[in-house]
Amino acid sequence: MKQFQGRIVTPGTAKAKAVVTHEGFNTLASLQKALQFGDKTASCNDQNNQELYGKPTAGYALCLPQTIGSTTGGLVLYCACAMHRQPACMLFSNHIDSLAAAGAILADVWLDDISMPVVDCLGDEFLDYVRDDMMITIDENGLVTVE
Amino acid sequence: MRLTQEQQAILDGAKGETMAKVMKTLVMYGETFGAEEMVALTGEHNHLVTSFGLKALGPVYDLMDQLIEAGAVSGQTFSMDPRPIDPKVPANFLQKFIFKKFMYSRQDFYEGQLEKLGLMDKDAFTCACYLDQVGNKPKKGDILSWAESSAVVYANSVLGARCNRNSGIMDLMGSIVGFVPKFGLLTDEGRKATWVVKIETTKKPEAQLLGSAIGMKVMEDVPYIVGLDKWLGTELDEAACTYLKDFGAATASNGAVGLYHIANLTPEAKELGDSLVVEGAKEYIIDDAELKRVMDNYPMIWKDANATPKLCFMGCPHMSLQQLKDWTDRVEEGLKAAGNKRVVIPTVFTAPPAVLKEFEKTEYAARLKATGVITSYICPLMYMNNPLCAKMPVITSSNKLRTYTTARYYTDDEILVQITKGGK
Repeated sequence: MKQFQGRIVTPGTAKAKAVVTHEGFNTLASLQKALQFGDKTASCNDQNNQELYGKPTAGYALCLPQTIGSTTGGLVLYCACAMHRQPACMLFSNHIDSLAAAGAILADVWLDDISMPVVDCLGDEFLDYVRDDMMITIDENGLVTVE
Repeated sequence: MRLTQEQQAILDGAKGETMAKVMKTLVMYGETFGAEEMVALTGEHNHLVTSFGLKALGPVYDLMDQLIEAGAVSGQTFSMDPRPIDPKVPANFLQKFIFKKFMYSRQDFYEGQLEKLGLMDKDAFTCACYLDQVGNKPKKGDILSWAESSAVVYANSVLGARCNRNSGIMDLMGSIVGFVPKFGLLTDEGRKATWVVKIETTKKPEAQLLGSAIGMKVMEDVPYIVGLDKWLGTELDEAACTYLKDFGAATASNGAVGLYHIANLTPEAKELGDSLVVEGAKEYIIDDAELKRVMDNYPMIWKDANATPKLCFMGCPHMSLQQLKDWTDRVEEGLKAAGNKRVVIPTVFTAPPAVLKEFEKTEYAARLKATGVITSYICPLMYMNNPLCAKMPVITSSNKLRTYTTARYYTDDEILVQITKGGK
């Protein structure tokens, strides 16, 4: 078990299994199929991301360095939240990027019944340590426990 | 973040609950990136990324309705990314049915919302809004709230405007209140380069391949590129701007580049030279072997690698008027050399509606039509974003299209051979 202190981008607590990518998470490429064609597990459809391709993201603690790709990324994340197909939380090893931040903040401000806590700046050691299916707990102060 | 009295009043609800939420969104966005203040937008027009009336984007339409009902519309008129459907583009019956009745069934409704929110005009649908014919070309130093990665990187790098890589919806929020948080590429410090990229190729590098290599290496960082002026010259003429349009789109989609500097060519590099480079910047050398390595490592995602291409898309980002003319000459020459009269693969050249109108006035339009090439305003990416088209063997020289879809990348020369002579 290890703990990592991050910075809260959008508040909340969560407990969920991890799904991990060490590459940038291309939000549009990953989630567009899930949003368009009714995949409630929101499995990753980005064929360039061999580590994550085909794995479910909805309800999981998505552990990543940052998001990349189209500037529709934030909007796609917002829609995933509105459709209840969002990750349980998003945990960034780096400083969050502008697209993911937009999606998380839009969901936090404009959607009433959605919780997707986002914590960033967890450091490279976090991504080196965490593996798929490890249990992640986030407390209200941005402390992330991995076990 | 320090807010002015006007901004604080909006946040406190002086202009209603919806405007307060718009301001709260921007304040949270700015605080996430350490912004200390908001700055006023100065560009004449905004540019928004979400142009497609996808049925699945119901939450977006609900939000737009909320904004319209509250009168929280854009203070600037805006252009949009390209439309997702065009009857001119080849599609079978099933594809057409799915596009119109299933995927993009909300297109007309959404365009109605956009008109209420501040759409420039009914033809303002293109990712290359900065082309002269379109009329959304910011000035150096303008503060923007744009989205569309290829447009943002062009505005920052080639035009010297200042814009962060904003997301869809966030782009609109800025022009509703008329302010954006000052951070990142809006600051002098954020525009400094943390990479020096040295171009040491033996010939002019393919724009979209070079952009891909740099994007994948530097990700969201700012590169200062040395040695490209050898191939592009030191003036931002039409040829250089066209090259940089395609190059930038690849840096932004294969990575997350929002700004690049090219020594002796782009405005800030000309003014400030290598003082733009931070101490301890990382170095990346690109030679012929590196470009080959990058291209060889693109994943092969066609089920049958030897399938005969069913469609070719050129113009992601949209082509300029000069590109349409140049490619007309090239296709004619290629057909002549191959002994063919018309292209052997259905081929679509995409460009902004305003550029296509100008093109139609030239003698090139009839010549291109005679080769069998179709011109369209469509967004190839949106065309490809469904399981039916994803199974089609589509070829392109767009590294952006390759990144987001199953389209297979070839260089411009290779594409020319494929569409005029054939081959796999």
